[in-house]
Amino acid sequence: MKNGENINSRKQFLKKLNEVSFAVDDLLLYLDTHPTDPKALELFTQVSSRRNHLLKEYSSLYGPLTIDSATDSDLSTWQWAQQPFPWEQEGGCR
Amino acid sequence: MWNYEKRLQYPVNITTPNAKVAQFIMSQYGGPDGEIGASMRYLSQRFTMPNRTAVAVLNDIGTEELAHLEMVSTIVHQLTRNLSMEEIENSGLGPYYIDHTVGIWPQAAGGIPFNACEFQSKGDPVTDLFEDLAAEQKARSTYDNILRVVGNMPEVADPIRFLRAREIVHFQRFGEALRSVQEQLDSRNFYAFNPGFDMPCKAECDQS
Repeated sequence: MKNGENINSRKQFLKKLNEVSFAVDDLLLYLDTHPTDPKALELFTQVSSRRNHLLKEYSSLYGPLTIDSATDSDLSTWQWAQQPFPWEQEGGCR
Repeated sequence: MWNYEKRLQYPVNITTPNAKVAQFIMSQYGGPDGEIGASMRYLSQRFTMPNRTAVAVLNDIGTEELAHLEMVSTIVHQLTRNLSMEEIENSGLGPYYIDHTVGIWPQAAGGIPFNACEFQSKGDPVTDLFEDLAAEQKARSTYDNILRVVGNMPEVADPIRFLRAREIVHFQRFGEALRSVQEQLDSRNFYAFNPGFDMPCKAECDQS
């Protein structure tokens, strides 16, 4: 990752995570006003556990996206601060 | 992207309402050195920082400030529960009550509404980090001023002391962020160019 390899696979992985995370975002709003809808609850269980699994895996492959998955990556150094920020396009902070 | 945690960063449990003190403390929500200004300042300034350490410090302190504005609004909310009309009128909270009842709204202790001029985002990392150092000290002074008033009210003073202590920690981290930026510049002239505009790639940053 540090040498620029795997940028495409990282982006692919992030796309999967974005999709499942949006499902969580949208379902939680729906459930706020429909707290007993069994279909929504079942779907939430699926997407939430998928998201948690992907967050752990992403962290171990590329570095953490959330502070709670920071320990799933290599902690010989503090990776959290050095991950690219989401507005960077070219790398190197740009 | 953010996610909410349904807890306060430090507990607030105020059992005795006090309209006058609420009016003082609301300044740290929407006043000139309040937590909304702090959070918006750092989260806005992040984008033009020249290295990831400085971005991360602004990002993570800006995030913590969101938790602080939640604590300050909790303090104001708990101080304004079950007030009688007499207390509202005699405490000076009357004008606020007319416009907001006891809802939470960002204004300074003197009634001036929050606006974006409470903070700057100059697009120059050295300038912005010096502003941040000053901002933390101004917030610390304001908490000191509040503590002189609420010193004999432990359930109010306790969370205020926590917030005050965080200002000092943030000041320390901003000093280190400023050093990380200056160490990547030419010490003979830190102001030769704006590393957030003229040569944004000058400072080293991990490629990924």
